[in-house]
Amino acid sequence: MSIMSSYARALAVQNGRAQPVATVRHLHLSATPMVFIPLKLAGEAAAPLAALVGTDPANPRLLVVPQPRNRDLRFAFMAELAEVLLPYIEGLAGVTETVEAKTPYERCADAPQLLVPNRGGIAFTKLLGRSTRFRRTDGPYPVHPSVPVLGQWLTFLSERAEYAGSSALVSMTDALALHWATGQSSMEDANLATQLAWIAPPEGLDGPEAALVAEDPLTSPPAGPETHPDFDGQVLEYAIQAFETSGSAAQVREALRSQLEPTWTLMWQGVRLLRELPEAATVEARWARDRDQFTRETARLAEGGFPRGRVDGAVSAAIRLADLESALQAYEAQRAFDDPLVMIEHRVAGKAFSGEVVAVDATRRIVPAGKTRAAPRPLVTIRTSDPVRLSPGRRLVSSRNRKQRTEIVDITGDLVVIQVNDQMGRGATPAPGSVPEVGDVVCYAELDPSGGQRPRLPAGEDTPWTHGGPPEPYVPTDEDAQEAWS
Amino acid sequence: MITLTPGQAAAEATEAILADFMGGPHRGVIVDSPPGAGKTTLVVTAATTLADSGERLMIVAQTNEQVDDLTDKLATKAPTLSIGRLHSDGFSVPSRVTRHPGVTASNKIDQVESCAVVIATADKWAYVSGHSWSWAIVDEAYQMRSDKLLAIAALFDRALFVGDPGQLDPFSVVDTERWAGLAWDPMQSAVAVIGRLNDLPVHRLPVSWRLPASAAPLVSEAFYPFASFRSGTAAADRELQLTTAGFPVPWDRTLNEAAATGWALHELPSRHTIRTDAEAVQACAGLATRLLQRGAVAHDENGSHDVGPDRIAIGCAHTDQVAAIRAAGTPAGVTVDTANRLQGREYDVTIVLHPLSGRRDATAFHLESGRLCVLTSRHRHACIVVARAGIAELLDNHPSTGRVQLNVPVKFPDGWEANHAVLAHLSNHRVGA
Repeated sequence: MSIMSSYARALAVQNGRAQPVATVRHLHLSATPMVFIPLKLAGEAAAPLAALVGTDPANPRLLVVPQPRNRDLRFAFMAELAEVLLPYIEGLAGVTETVEAKTPYERCADAPQLLVPNRGGIAFTKLLGRSTRFRRTDGPYPVHPSVPVLGQWLTFLSERAEYAGSSALVSMTDALALHWATGQSSMEDANLATQLAWIAPPEGLDGPEAALVAEDPLTSPPAGPETHPDFDGQVLEYAIQAFETSGSAAQVREALRSQLEPTWTLMWQGVRLLRELPEAATVEARWARDRDQFTRETARLAEGGFPRGRVDGAVSAAIRLADLESALQAYEAQRAFDDPLVMIEHRVAGKAFSGEVVAVDATRRIVPAGKTRAAPRPLVTIRTSDPVRLSPGRRLVSSRNRKQRTEIVDITGDLVVIQVNDQMGRGATPAPGSVPEVGDVVCYAELDPSGGQRPRLPAGEDTPWTHGGPPEPYVPTDEDAQEAWS
Repeated sequence: MITLTPGQAAAEATEAILADFMGGPHRGVIVDSPPGAGKTTLVVTAATTLADSGERLMIVAQTNEQVDDLTDKLATKAPTLSIGRLHSDGFSVPSRVTRHPGVTASNKIDQVESCAVVIATADKWAYVSGHSWSWAIVDEAYQMRSDKLLAIAALFDRALFVGDPGQLDPFSVVDTERWAGLAWDPMQSAVAVIGRLNDLPVHRLPVSWRLPASAAPLVSEAFYPFASFRSGTAAADRELQLTTAGFPVPWDRTLNEAAATGWALHELPSRHTIRTDAEAVQACAGLATRLLQRGAVAHDENGSHDVGPDRIAIGCAHTDQVAAIRAAGTPAGVTVDTANRLQGREYDVTIVLHPLSGRRDATAFHLESGRLCVLTSRHRHACIVVARAGIAELLDNHPSTGRVQLNVPVKFPDGWEANHAVLAHLSNHRVGA
């Protein structure tokens, strides 16, 4: 935990209310997000129990598995879930726009966004995808044709959620924690009810009081995917027995509705709170990446793409790790440059500084290392009161031009001298406006929003001996869906 | 049985490694090398032997610093060898490399390809394609992430992987368990992956030439419990002499203890502090200053020399601590750095800010055995640890409770245990401040 976030939490305790830690919204919020609150059966790895799902706050759809130990009923539940989710997803895939690029291409104008209450919800979505995407519609234990398709989409969404800055599948508690610091521990923040109590306590209560009320599992049942053990033992078990004897799911439905509806209200309260924040500058670009990936997945599935494997091969794992790292690096940097409150964290840590330009040597020309001809390398001197913990040679990015590369030349007392290395036009002297002027207030940070470049890796079929050699090509079989735990 | 001298044991190990590498049936050979065990000598011997038989060799190291060090040593020991130093665009090659006539430095592979030995960082090699070598040496292979090896593995047929298993594992900023248990988990070290997927012979260098007789047994026992090594020198071979007497104050008493025994624990009163604990930071800088003021002279098997600032290092866990120690009046020329960046370096005296000093908790990061191993195994003469009292109790309150994951090989030593072993030893060298 950084000093700034500890400070914000301490302030929250002192004021009895959550403190904002962002001035803008750092995630995309769809006009029609699909709120999805799944529940699972205790003691099972991936046995769905119920879900409340929908895009309309006033009209959620309740899906239940009246006997969650019955596998046929589980997949009937998944088919029902597909009835809600697939039209939503496939509807969005139909509308495309042309992207002006070197080679123009088609991209979906919008992409699905699934909101789940917490990280547990993301993990369970991933497991649901895994337990359905390999299912066959023929052979032994056939399922409805929509089930494996839904499995592929749930897999796509939960894999997107691993990328920093993706808004395809969002955990509400994480989204709120990104913008507000409560007076609770981050572990306690995973409870949506108490977190929202700190952020927006009801009239007449302060944050801690409201959080205490929200800890009562009768008024605020767990937001899933686990249910409360007392509910399991005292309500659910009898409701399932009633279904077994009468064949009517009414009692199970009523019981589960009581567990899900309070969370449904909280989810939409969270959406409203997030909507009130203005969107950050780079959110649109990150959402465009989500849309790109959605477009590619749509095309892949349209061509009958195989379900994604349970484990990554050596090459795909390495590529994925590089992607995850560059997404994280870019996201951290973009967030800081978008939001002064986030940048403060880096300034306190000494990785960034802000200050006024006191001198500029715009005409300086040197022969850069490895070059033969002199080139403009202006020096800019900045006076800052920040605790700078950078050393000469470190490469920095400026808030006024995030593509311009600069490096520290010298730090003496409160004066930092930086050298500008590019983005100054082709002339012998820097183009007007490309270098800061005396009196400008600037911010430089050791953060790279571009995500960095990386070398090419061999193709999967060329996996070298060091990494086990080329893997066997995948051939789908009836046994694909078998799991040790299912 | 005749006991081999350290020199004989090391020569025997080197011979066996080279025989296995050049004549054995395997495509790779792994060499575990404890701190200062003559890894560079091994690399130089392998390179010259291959060059003598007309073979071309590529060498991979992990950082530009390591590449430059290795190039310098290689060119010093084998002046007739033609060496290509491949570097990235815009990198200025230091003079310690360019001063050798046998070295060609370039950022283009075509200009150095004809050299008997081509040496570059793994990152630079990853951009080379369309060329291949029969032989490769991968240095610091335990610090190389396996995805880096994946990018360059097509360049060579057979490789010698050399590294120190006790040092820090490579890491990623991404926190994911997605690949935990997979043999080719890209977040593991290169050696972990090749070792799990191929049945390769593992050799071990048995003698540390760097660590003095006072340090080798502790480091070996605490960090290399199943691959013990010994010091190449006897206790009488190394002496750290302080030419002035000093005052009866804690800093000087600590230095006296370190000079006499090779270890000292400069213990500050127990307190929970922020990471950049002002008193501990001051002690690190102050000890370095006093050491220089007292005119330390190091006597070793190669003769005697003054311990100048370039022979002293201060190591800690975090970059903000580095900045704080630098700002606290550390004499110019003294190296101050994090454990990650001190890997592979060697000094006469090291001053270590204990990673757990003043902490309220012992996280996996601070318990990592490699971190403490790097910090306590950089010295030829003495190591001074600066710490708040109470670390033993802190350890007892935070037993290591990492999640067990299927198919993930258990790593030895356990950081918790290694920390206790080092503390127990240091308690015999405690000087209260």
